[in-house]
Amino acid sequence: MTTLLNIRALYVNISLSAGMLHAVRDVSFHVERGETLCLVGESGCGKSLTALAVMDILPSRSVRWAEQITLEGQDLQNLKDRHMSDLRGSRMAMIFQEPMTSLNPCYTIGNQLEETLRRHRSASRREARDRAVFLLEKVGITAAGTRLKQYPHQLSGGLRQRVMIAMSLMCGPALIIADEPTTALDVTIQAQILSLLSSLQKEFGMGMIFITHDLGIVARIATRVAVMYCGMVVETGVVGEIFHSPLHPYTQGLLACLPVPGKTRPGEHLGSIPGMVPTPIGDFSGCMFRNRCSHAMEECCHESIELYRVSVERAYRCLLSKETCLANHMTQKD
Amino acid sequence: MSQPIPEIVYPSPRQIMIRRTLTHKGFLIGAIMLLLISAAALLAPVLSPYDPYNQDLSRRMINPVWHENGSWEHPLGTDNLGRDYLSRLMYGARISLLLGGCAMLISGVIGTSLGIAAGYFGGRVDMVVGFLITARLSMPVVLVALAVVALIGSSLNVIIWVLGLLIWDRFAVVMRASTQQLREMDYVNAAKAIGCSTLRVLVSEILPNVFNNLIVVATLEIAHAILLEAALSFLGMGVQPPLPSWGLMVAEGKEFMLFSPWVIFIPGTVLSLLVLAINLMGDGIRDITAPEGRS
Amino acid sequence: MKHQLIHIRELTKTYRISTGLFRGKHDLRAVNGVTLEVEQGTVFGLVGESGCGKTTLSKLLLGLEQRTGGEILFNNRPTESIPRRDLARHIQPVFQDPYSSLNPRKSVASIISLPLKVHRVGTMVDWSRRVQEIMDVVGLPPRLANSYPGQLSGGQRQRVAVARALIMHPDVVVCDEPTSALDVSVQSQILNMLMDLRSELGLTYILISHNLSVVEHMASRVAVMYLGRIVEEAPTATLFRSPHHPYTRALLDSVLTPEPEKGLPENHLGIAYPDPIDPPPGCTFHPRCPCAQDVCRKIPPCPVNIGNHMVECHFPLNNSTPKYN
Repeated sequence: MTTLLNIRALYVNISLSAGMLHAVRDVSFHVERGETLCLVGESGCGKSLTALAVMDILPSRSVRWAEQITLEGQDLQNLKDRHMSDLRGSRMAMIFQEPMTSLNPCYTIGNQLEETLRRHRSASRREARDRAVFLLEKVGITAAGTRLKQYPHQLSGGLRQRVMIAMSLMCGPALIIADEPTTALDVTIQAQILSLLSSLQKEFGMGMIFITHDLGIVARIATRVAVMYCGMVVETGVVGEIFHSPLHPYTQGLLACLPVPGKTRPGEHLGSIPGMVPTPIGDFSGCMFRNRCSHAMEECCHESIELYRVSVERAYRCLLSKETCLANHMTQKD
Repeated sequence: MSQPIPEIVYPSPRQIMIRRTLTHKGFLIGAIMLLLISAAALLAPVLSPYDPYNQDLSRRMINPVWHENGSWEHPLGTDNLGRDYLSRLMYGARISLLLGGCAMLISGVIGTSLGIAAGYFGGRVDMVVGFLITARLSMPVVLVALAVVALIGSSLNVIIWVLGLLIWDRFAVVMRASTQQLREMDYVNAAKAIGCSTLRVLVSEILPNVFNNLIVVATLEIAHAILLEAALSFLGMGVQPPLPSWGLMVAEGKEFMLFSPWVIFIPGTVLSLLVLAINLMGDGIRDITAPEGRS
Repeated sequence: MKHQLIHIRELTKTYRISTGLFRGKHDLRAVNGVTLEVEQGTVFGLVGESGCGKTTLSKLLLGLEQRTGGEILFNNRPTESIPRRDLARHIQPVFQDPYSSLNPRKSVASIISLPLKVHRVGTMVDWSRRVQEIMDVVGLPPRLANSYPGQLSGGQRQRVAVARALIMHPDVVVCDEPTSALDVSVQSQILNMLMDLRSELGLTYILISHNLSVVEHMASRVAVMYLGRIVEEAPTATLFRSPHHPYTRALLDSVLTPEPEKGLPENHLGIAYPDPIDPPPGCTFHPRCPCAQDVCRKIPPCPVNIGNHMVECHFPLNNSTPKYN
């Protein structure tokens, strides 16, 4: 069984007036069928651009290149535009954060759902409509027949996001990329949408890349996690390991920042990471986290730090040894 | 110990505007043209070779320098009353610019106040202003101007006030739309929560942020006023002779169009160039003062 | 003797909305009879989802909207009797969006000193000194005084907003989602700063947020709003340990803590989203309530006080421990 999606050494550069922005650097990961990989990081870490790079819908003035981008064994880098757009929507689909801007307000829901199928599968109107109704019911929308005739503005945010999920499933893709799909939703709706995605994934056996900045979501939905900082992957691992024994100082810092009801003592200071995220413009060397890291050393400025593989699924990008990192984490927890 | 990572220093809004100004071709071209015309207008008493009102019937309809009979004595020739064309052109620039500027100021004050009030207060105020705008838009400007001038008589003052009271609609519409967008901004709410009076909120929070739209509309309306004045003068209801308005010069040259086309060609060209320059500058200002996106 | 700084009684705010060309105007009850008290020196948390009216309530407190009914008392004086300028000296806001809460055309110093100018406090020399002082307190480097908001990061902008709110030493700060638009690492910096400032300056906070983890960490008392009414109010620990209202229970169940073993919650709320213009009869929560009975559909519940725990439900839950615990 081949890996569903394999990305090796992905780079994305964007030319700005202030210089060359190295938005994504040396990003490698893989996704298997039936599992969820979470790309987590704060704003500016390059996680959304990574997804756009995989789908090849980057903004203008950006350049991508990679050692390998393969979907179901097929190389995506050298495909003609036409073939790439055939794959988009049918083999891999994307769900965006803001459903109002992803749904065209001028067309009915039914129209947009059916068009997705008819574009890729040359299905008849009747087939497309049946599939649309089937999927709307699968995502929990009752009275699907009536809903098909409605326009996006007539639905609430949660319903629109369900329609987006149905739309992404129309052609039965193997890979779903969800870019912060629940950030704009209320907390109770968010829980429902996440459960829905999870059960659909189990039922249809898709692989999913879930991009978010919310570590709570990552903990509950991920199989594996890749933590990104300043355009690079700084730590990967199975979700349990990442949360219980994080290695990279940034991951440790992030986890310490979160208030957890029942665990963090109310009224006390939360952990914090001093300083701000730097912008990777121009040339630089060494670790981009060093000016915020309490364990930074002289070597951190000069060497380019490789992703050090601890085990099959576990890797981190830091000069400190694994034992030191774990020891730091223990002291931090006290 | 560790070498710190160099911090990106984002440029201030002023630096951004200066950088944009120096690289914006359209703006620079328009600005240079406008500068030349304004310089000619301002220094007309010094630069113009002759008195524009000085008639010399012995020197009527002399061709400009590029014709066979022309000479550098009258580089652009003379008109049917023997007045030097170049001098008339330079003094005419004064009239156009003065008129355009004053009409723009009057209409700007009226339109901006109405527009901002309508956008900020909404409700009844918006309804009333909307009605005024609709009423104004349903009037044909040139015909109304003609009628008023026919009733009151035409002089520079009358033209300025008539135009000023007629072309404020674009100001009102644009300012209304801009203010509506800003009304819900949190910094407006914060200013109100601090205890600012309504006037202070309008002047100190809203006006600076609608200012770039205001400038763009202002430049367009200068051009609009200049063209309207030329049209009125051409129809005989604008500036009266012997004032050297460009529109009037076109009208006076109508009769000689077939034999001496330069009589209309020259003022027409200069008029177009002035309006072009103003429009280029307006576009440029719009681009230069455009708000930055989120960093 | 605990001093209740703010009393709100049966506060109502109704908007008249026209729902279409031929359908006439309807009443939108954004705030529908809210009663609560805020004790001096505490953090009062207000939670709820979109459309519950918490933003409208904050605007009423700040004097940005006029109430339709009920009363707001500040230090036992009705807020109508306090001139707007004086009220502004007592209660100030910090808004959610750091990008729209600062005027992009004004420098940081000008933004922070606006309250001093409006209230005519001191001279121009005093202003720059006070601006530098408050910038120091909120952790902004002095060189940023002449910068513009476009040059600052989200965290820095939020610090400017806090500085502006605090420069006149108000009694109450209404924080409307102060960290929702910020990154996690910046969020904890800002929250720590807010906590420190509260104890140093003796402030009272009204913290409005949809992020229950943050509210649990900072607030001493929490009120839950739904469709314009407060459905439950209790000390934080009690509310989070044993909520009585089914909606509170569902909200708490939906909190996703970073604990991988716990899996995804089910909250059984259904997907019917209430329309604030046309609220359901009886208890407005009944269409989504997993334990709704006949009476819930007909008669709105009255608030019931059990000690210092208020709940508005015909069948409040007992022994209900949320799943995250």
